[in-house]
Amino acid sequence: MTFAPSGSGWTSTKDGDVRERFERVIPVFSAESYHLGYLKQLEAESIHIIREVAAEFERPVILYSVGKDSSVLVHLARKSFAPGRIPFPLLHVDTTLKFPEMYAFRDQFCRDIGVYLQVYQPRDALASGANPWDMGTVKCCSLLKTQALLNAIREGGFDAALGGARRDEEKSRAKERVFSFRDSQGQWDPRRQRPEIWDIYNGRINRGETMRVFPLSNWTELDVWRYIRLEGIPVVPMYFARERPMVVRDGHLIPYVPGARLLPGEKPETVLCRFRTLGCYPCTGAVRSTAVTVDDIIREMIANRTSERSTRLIDHDQDASMEQKKREGYF
Amino acid sequence: MGVDRNSMGTAATDLLRLATVGSVDDGKSTLIGRLLVDCEAVCLDHWATLEADSRRLNRQGADLSFLTDGLKAEREQGITIDVAYRTFSTPRRRFILADTPGHEQYTRNMVTGASTADLAVLLLDAERGVTTQSKRHGFIASLLGVPHLILAVNKMDLVGYSEAAFQRIGEEYKSFASRLRISSLACIPLSALCGDNVVQKSDLMPWYSGPTLLEYMESLYIGSTRNLVDFRFPIQLVLRPGPHFRGYAGTMLSGLVRVGDEVLALPSRRIAKVQSIIGTSGPLEYAFPPQAIVLVLDRDIDLSRGDMLVHPRNQPHVARDIEAMLIWMHEQPFRLNQPYLIKHTTNLVKGAFTSLHYRVNPNNLHREQSPALGLNEIGRVDVQLFRPLLCDEYQRNRATGGFVVIDPITNETVGAGIVIERSLQQPQTSPSPDDDAQGVTLQSEGRHHKKRMLNEKAVTIWLTGLSGSGKSTIASVLETHLAEQGHACCMLDGDALRRGLNRDLGFSREDRAENIRRAAEVARIMNEAGVTVIVALISPFRVDRAMARSTIGSDRFIEVFVDAPLDICESRDPKGLYAKARHGQVPEFTGVSSPYEPPDNPDLQLQTATSSPEESVRKVMDYLRMKGYPT
Repeated sequence: MTFAPSGSGWTSTKDGDVRERFERVIPVFSAESYHLGYLKQLEAESIHIIREVAAEFERPVILYSVGKDSSVLVHLARKSFAPGRIPFPLLHVDTTLKFPEMYAFRDQFCRDIGVYLQVYQPRDALASGANPWDMGTVKCCSLLKTQALLNAIREGGFDAALGGARRDEEKSRAKERVFSFRDSQGQWDPRRQRPEIWDIYNGRINRGETMRVFPLSNWTELDVWRYIRLEGIPVVPMYFARERPMVVRDGHLIPYVPGARLLPGEKPETVLCRFRTLGCYPCTGAVRSTAVTVDDIIREMIANRTSERSTRLIDHDQDASMEQKKREGYF
Repeated sequence: MGVDRNSMGTAATDLLRLATVGSVDDGKSTLIGRLLVDCEAVCLDHWATLEADSRRLNRQGADLSFLTDGLKAEREQGITIDVAYRTFSTPRRRFILADTPGHEQYTRNMVTGASTADLAVLLLDAERGVTTQSKRHGFIASLLGVPHLILAVNKMDLVGYSEAAFQRIGEEYKSFASRLRISSLACIPLSALCGDNVVQKSDLMPWYSGPTLLEYMESLYIGSTRNLVDFRFPIQLVLRPGPHFRGYAGTMLSGLVRVGDEVLALPSRRIAKVQSIIGTSGPLEYAFPPQAIVLVLDRDIDLSRGDMLVHPRNQPHVARDIEAMLIWMHEQPFRLNQPYLIKHTTNLVKGAFTSLHYRVNPNNLHREQSPALGLNEIGRVDVQLFRPLLCDEYQRNRATGGFVVIDPITNETVGAGIVIERSLQQPQTSPSPDDDAQGVTLQSEGRHHKKRMLNEKAVTIWLTGLSGSGKSTIASVLETHLAEQGHACCMLDGDALRRGLNRDLGFSREDRAENIRRAAEVARIMNEAGVTVIVALISPFRVDRAMARSTIGSDRFIEVFVDAPLDICESRDPKGLYAKARHGQVPEFTGVSSPYEPPDNPDLQLQTATSSPEESVRKVMDYLRMKGYPT
C-alpha cells in the first residue's frame, strides 16, 4: 500500500468534473487506504489472541498436530513474536499411529523454523495394547489422545494450550469460546462457559486448572488454504493428490499401510486421492481428488459441498460424539 | 453463492460481524439455518446429520435450527443455550454470524455474541409481536454500541403475509427504539421457515419493495463503525529478543499512527517518536485498526503491558473514578465496596463499585431504585480503581470504553461495563421517567412539537436516472418554482454531495449504497424540519432506493424516474464522462460498465427525450397538487 503525497491534483483542479477530480483523490484520502482484507483481519485477530496468551500465562504450549491448521498456527505464532522467537514449546501428542510422511514433515518443519518440539507418546496405554482395531475408535481415542493430552499437559506443567481448532469444523466447536476454561480434571462444561465480551479475554485460572485457547476460531477451512497460499506456508505433502494404495471401507477411502490389518474381502487398490485432514492412519480417510497444488485445492474447496471432518471416522461414532469427547478433555 | 468463487482470497473482501437477537422461539436459529442453506453454505454431510437428528427427535421436516444448536441439550430441548458462531461468504462479503440465545437466563451469552457485532438482526414473531425480551435485546444491543439494527419480522407465513400486521409490529418496536441510540434501523418482513425475503425475494408480499435480509446485509456500509481519529495503542507485550531491539507489540484499537509521529506514553507521560512500525508482513509507513503491529520508538522510555501510546494532542481520560453502565452476568450477587478485577484493554486493575445509581427496566427504559443488580440486570454504577484506567467514552470508542469484571476468588467473568461520560450524568434538566436511560436527553417530544409547528407535509422528491438524463436540470428548475411559491426547499445534488459530505466514498457497490443512505438520512432530517428536499442522484439500484424510501418514510418519498434512452444521454454527455467511460477511463460507470435498474413502479415518470425541463417540472407540480401536497 503506497501513500501518495497529498496536494497534487487536488487543489489545482477546477470545479466541474467532480468525478474525475474525485478519482484522482482516492489514493490520498479514500477510506480504502485504511482497509484490511478479511484474511488480514483474521490474521490480526489471531495474533492478538496469541500475544494475550504469552502475556497472561506462565507456561503456555502450542498443541502441534502436524496438520495444515497447526502449520498456520505456528506461522501466526512466529509472526506474533517476530523479530523474536516463539517463547514457548510445541507439543505433539503422538499416538505413534501417524503416517510416516507426517513424522518426516514434523521433524523437518520444526528444524527449519527453529522451535522447540516436545513429543509425548502415551507409552502406558500403548503397552497395554490400545489400538482402534480391537477396542474401537471411541475407546482408542479416549486413551491415546484425550487421556494422553491431559497427561502431557499435567506432566509438562502447562497452564495454557493453544490449538488450531476452528468453529466451522463441527457444531459443538461452534459453541466454544476463544479462551476455553478447563477444570482441574481437564473437562469442558458447555453450560458454564465464561461470557467473552469484545476482544477482552479472561485468562484467570487457579492452580491445576488450564485454559485451551483457539486463535483460529473464526477461520474456515478455505481461509486456512487461502492463507497458506498467501504466505507460502509448508504443509504435509499428503494434502496434495497422488496415486496411493487404498482400501475402500464403508464408503471411505482408507490408506493402506504395509502390515495394516484388512477385513475379510478387502484388497488394496491404487486411487488418485488426497487427504483433507490428517490423523491416525487407521482412522483417516482420503478423498478422490486431482488437486496437486494449493490453487487446485482452493478451487476444489470452492466447488465442494462436504465438510472436512467427514473423512474422520472417529467423529461419527455416536450422536454428539465430538461434544462428548470435548467434555472429557479432547482437543 | 456460498463462497467467493472467483477469488484466491487475496481480494480485499469486507468482513461483517452480525448477531441474531430476540425472544426465545422467535426463530433465530431457524433464520440462520435458512441463510446458510440458501447461501449454499451448508455441507452435504452436515445436512444429512440434520435430517437424521430431525427424524429422531420427531421434528416436522428438516429442523434448520439444528445447524447452529450444536449442543445435545439444545437439540433435545429445542432451545439455544449458548452463542454459536458461523461464518459464510457471498461474493460481496464475508460474514461472521453469532446466533445468540433468547432465554432471559442466558442473556449473558447474548451479550457475548452482540459485543463484537456491527449489525444486530432482531427477530420479532409476527404472531406474538413485541415482547419484553425483544426490547431487552434491543436495549442491550444499543448499549453495546451495535450501530445497525434490522427488525426481522419473522413468521409472516403465520399471519397470511399481512402488510397491516407487519406495519403494526414495526411501528410498535420503532416507537420503543426511538429512545435507543442506534444509527440505522430497517424493517424487513420475512419467513425463515419458508425462505421468504431471507435470501430470495418473496412473491407473497408484493406490498414490500425493500431489500431482502441478505441484500441488506451485503450492502450495509460499515466503515463508519471504526474510529480512525483517536490513536490508542495499549501495550500487549514488550518484545526484547536481544540487546539491540526493543519493540512494543499490540493491536491498533483506533486511530492512525505513522513513522515519525510523536507519541505520548501513559501513564508515565514520557514523549518519544515512532522510529518504525513492523506489520505482519514487514515494515509499514503507517498503521490503522485492527492491525496487529510492533512499534519501535526512538528512545527507551518506561513502558510495559497495560500502558498506552497515544498522540500528545489527543489523549484519553486517565481516571481512577469512572461511571459506567454495568451488565451483571452472574448468579452470585453484585456487591458494593468489594474488590473486583477490572480488565480493560490489556490492563488488569483492582477496583470496587462504590454506588449503584439506578437499575434500568429494559421494558420501558425507566430508572428504578435498587439495592443491587441481579443476574442479567443493568444499572449505572460508580467505579473506583486502585490504578487509573486509560479510557474513552464507549460511545466514542468501543475499544477503549468497555471493560469486563472478574471475580478475584472464582475467576469467573461476572460483568461487563461501559464507560459513560460523567458530564452527561448530571441532571441538568429535570429527568422525566421517559428520559433516555443511556444518559442522553430524549428528543422525540421536541421533534413532535416542531413537526406540528412547521409544515407537516414536507416531502422528498427523489430523481433517479442515468447520468445526462436531466436530473440536475429538472431539480434546479423545480427548486426555483417551489422557492418562488414560498416553500422552504433544498436540493441535494449527487455531484455536490460527492464534493463534500460523501467525499470519502468511491463508486463501488457498497459506496454507492452508502452515498444514498447518507443522502436519505439528510433528506429525512430536513423533511422533519419542514423542508422539502429534491434529490438528484443516479441511484441505479432498486435496493438502495428502497432503503432510502424506508429511511425517509413511504408517505414522504416520491420516486421520479427521469427516463431518457442511453444513446440520448450519451449524446448529451454534459461532463464528457461517457466518452471517458467508453475508453475505460471511468470504471463502474452507470449505463456503460455498471447496471441501471429502472424503477418498477415509480410515482412519476418523465420522458426527457421528448419533453422540455419546464414541461417535466410542470408534471411534478401537477403530481404534488394531485396528491394534496401544498404547492
